[in-house]
Amino acid sequence: MEHIPLLEVNDLRTRFHIAEGTVYAVNGVSFRAGEGETLAVVGESGCGKSVTMLSVMRLIPIPPGEIASGQALFRQRDLFKITENEMEHVRGREMAMIFQDPMTALNPVLTIGRQIGEALRTHLGMNEQQAQERATDLLAQVGIPDPARRLTEYPHQFSGGMRQRAMIAMSLACAPSLLIADEPTTALDVTIQAQIIELIKRLRDELGMAIIWITHDLGVVAGLAERVNVMYSGFIVEEAVVDDIYENPLHPYTLALLEALPRVDRRRDRRLRSIHGAPPNLLIAPHGCPFAPRCERVIEHCKAENPPLELVAPHHKIACWVDVTTGKPR
Amino acid sequence: MTRYIIRRLLQAIPLLFIISMILFVLMQNMGDPLATMGGRTVTKSADRERLSRQLGLDKPIYVQYLYWLIGNDWAKADLDGDGIPETPGTRKGVLRGDFGTSLLNRGVPVTKVIGDRLPNTLLLMVTAELVIIVGSMLIGIYSALNQYSTADNIISTATFFLYSLPIFFFALVVMYIFAVNFKRWGLPYLPTVGMFEPQVGKTPAQVAWHMVLPVATLSFVYFAAYSRYIRSTMLEAMGKDYIRTAKAKGLPRPEIIYIHGLKNAALPIVTVVALDLPFLLGGALVTERIFAWPGTGRLFLDHLARNDTAVVMGLLMMIAVAVVLFQIVADVLYAWLDPRIRYK
Amino acid sequence: METTAEKPNGIVQLPLDELETPPLSLGQLTWRRFRRHRMAIFGGVSLILIFLYSFGGALFISEAEANFTATGDRLQPPSREHPMGTDTIGRDIMARTIYGGQISILIGITAMIVEVLLGVTIGSMAGFFGGKLDSLLMRMTEAIIVIPQIFLLLVMAKFFGGSIPNITILGRTFSGSVVIIIVIIGITSWPYLARIVRAEFLSLKENEFVLAARATGTSKREIIFRHILPNSMAPIIVAATLGVANAIAAEAYISFLGLGVRPPTATWGNMMESAYNYIESAWWLWLFPGFLISMTVLSINFLGDGLRDALDPHSRAA
Repeated sequence: MEHIPLLEVNDLRTRFHIAEGTVYAVNGVSFRAGEGETLAVVGESGCGKSVTMLSVMRLIPIPPGEIASGQALFRQRDLFKITENEMEHVRGREMAMIFQDPMTALNPVLTIGRQIGEALRTHLGMNEQQAQERATDLLAQVGIPDPARRLTEYPHQFSGGMRQRAMIAMSLACAPSLLIADEPTTALDVTIQAQIIELIKRLRDELGMAIIWITHDLGVVAGLAERVNVMYSGFIVEEAVVDDIYENPLHPYTLALLEALPRVDRRRDRRLRSIHGAPPNLLIAPHGCPFAPRCERVIEHCKAENPPLELVAPHHKIACWVDVTTGKPR
Repeated sequence: MTRYIIRRLLQAIPLLFIISMILFVLMQNMGDPLATMGGRTVTKSADRERLSRQLGLDKPIYVQYLYWLIGNDWAKADLDGDGIPETPGTRKGVLRGDFGTSLLNRGVPVTKVIGDRLPNTLLLMVTAELVIIVGSMLIGIYSALNQYSTADNIISTATFFLYSLPIFFFALVVMYIFAVNFKRWGLPYLPTVGMFEPQVGKTPAQVAWHMVLPVATLSFVYFAAYSRYIRSTMLEAMGKDYIRTAKAKGLPRPEIIYIHGLKNAALPIVTVVALDLPFLLGGALVTERIFAWPGTGRLFLDHLARNDTAVVMGLLMMIAVAVVLFQIVADVLYAWLDPRIRYK
Repeated sequence: METTAEKPNGIVQLPLDELETPPLSLGQLTWRRFRRHRMAIFGGVSLILIFLYSFGGALFISEAEANFTATGDRLQPPSREHPMGTDTIGRDIMARTIYGGQISILIGITAMIVEVLLGVTIGSMAGFFGGKLDSLLMRMTEAIIVIPQIFLLLVMAKFFGGSIPNITILGRTFSGSVVIIIVIIGITSWPYLARIVRAEFLSLKENEFVLAARATGTSKREIIFRHILPNSMAPIIVAATLGVANAIAAEAYISFLGLGVRPPTATWGNMMESAYNYIESAWWLWLFPGFLISMTVLSINFLGDGLRDALDPHSRAA
């Protein structure tokens, strides 16, 4: 880990005001990512992992969204305090984001070449020809054969895996320092998934960029991340080095997630373990520990007060009142 | 692509035949064309017989249709009443471009009768279409970008209101305000009759001034409807994931709206515009009647009222052909503009 | 911070189904959404008012008054005696709008019934049976759609002319042209509905519940009427509602152009027939009937719009 973090998020709270009420999507998230570091953000659908990063990028539609409080310090510059114009210079240039479904994330009526070239023209001031040349190089870098011809084609003419590669090329066009990947492999076949992960790892090493990888799949995290944030109901509940998450998980939710993973080395006649209860209702303002209704180690204190995220071991934070090994309050 | 177009054109032909047959049958019972041709004077029965045979009206209906379609210059009619056909006909038939002669304007070919008036209607229609497209784009995009604002709500209600108004009511209201009352109040007022002031002559300025109310009347319904449609396609496009990607790349806002958003939103609109265009002719009927505009709409009404079947058939076939052609144009245009269809 | 007005793009999954409130039935959901659509309510209310005016007004003013000509009183502006003025031959316009309204509304509803009967029958047969029958029926449908409705109406109105004599029902005399107008509007409108119904049938036919019905040996007639048709009611209801508006407007247009309903029967449309000759001198001739036509069409459009939103089963968020 670096001393001066590339990105530092402090107490971020994001809400959505809709007809049914207020959705408390992100409820006080703080974390850091260093230069060249790979951080994974893990959690189930609706836990706020995407909304957190979209808030940092200021891609939340306002209204109905609202960034109620917090800071997002990118190289110590608070992104929430700059103008939209200035933010446009950050997006795509210093920070880039790739999304889950490359079919819908790419514009169907514009050529791939154009969509890659846009960032080059806007941020690096290249002219049409330079942009096209650079785009060809980028497509080659991400492993797309016959890149010069592919530039003139449209997204629907690419296969799913190739589209995601094109998206990656698009996001890396201006060599950003931070790449945010929002479940980029979830919509792909498993074999393609592996290829894309390898590609990103290679590019990361070549370009030295930091990655924040959002996923619900703990399996993906293992070979990729250095550190992991586990999120639940808009809070970070555990933060640790990747090995510790697998070998020494300390939050009941993380434990439950790991238990729920189907494993080849378990007995086959055992029932799959799922987490009982329902996902949290985000329309209710958070009170007490959000995991309390579903936790197997819950105590009275959990329902009354939300535990803060605290360091309990070297480079290992959790937000819990209970010690999972003993079952007693810590 | 060319094969597709040819196939569509070939499919259109039987359709047009069916339409022409149905219309022809409808035309037959529209009143006595001989009486129309005779005008005020009552035709003598001998003359009637001769005319009847000359026009082929004594033949069964399917023969009359045949003559209409391919002419009768290859057949002989018995004009002197001796039972032996000897005089060849003079008509070449629709398939050779001859729609017959008008029964009202004696002897004038239908194509000329229509052709004289057609440019006036086209002038109205083209201008109206331009007003519609530009106007609805502006309003539609503005509403979409400012969704739920007060302006948007007002526009939404106003467009709904406008598009439910019958054309003649709108025409009368604007006439009343801008012509009658403006005149009363001493303001410069808009004319309501014809294409130009007879004393001044047919100058571009005169025609333009006279076109204002008719074009407004012809365009307001589609203007309202398309504004709503464009608003909805824009909203849909702007809500798509690729807009979020474009923002994530840090592209400037106008580029996102007009290049990423509008290019997608405009696709279905092109089809709608092409399909609706010939139906503007229906609105032209009422508009030309109210404003006494010398176009094909008024022509239709006048000649229908006086049983001039030749001209009426000619106009209806012209409309049918236009509608079918524009359907093909709409499909081809969409296929060409949408890369998802154009490239595999 | 920027204030772009964009739709939320569904980042957050809202587990609404998991709320503690009891689930609502489809009928309740439909009513709640309809209620939110204030314009539809406005439309519904004004339709009721117009209906009351036309049919209830008949209780206060007799038809004789509507037809009572008093050439001495012609072209009078609105006054206490004649709240909407008098027309070119001295008839009271208010009375005429009441009775004319009855005919216009009657034509609208009856023509819609003709349209629905024809459209649903033809559309369902084409969509369900497919093949040659479908091609044939679609050819017919296309042939009618290709000519703008108003041209067809005018030609047919001229064609059938005054072929039906005056009808007397319940002591009142109607021009036979009313029946003709109803029929021709119905005949020229069914293709629009037939296309919608056909599309519904084409897609529903492939659904699993139909396969299940066929697998258990259900007769074709039962499949059409008891399985597919009830599921396609939503677009039919919406189209029927809007069809009434279209029919009222169509009658108004052809009557305005002189080929619609003939004397002695009044309709809002034929009241406006020569009104534009008097535009400078007698605004009351066209304003009242024109306003009534517009309000009726507008209200039905609002209602239809609301119905469309309410009946669309795809968005269930109440």
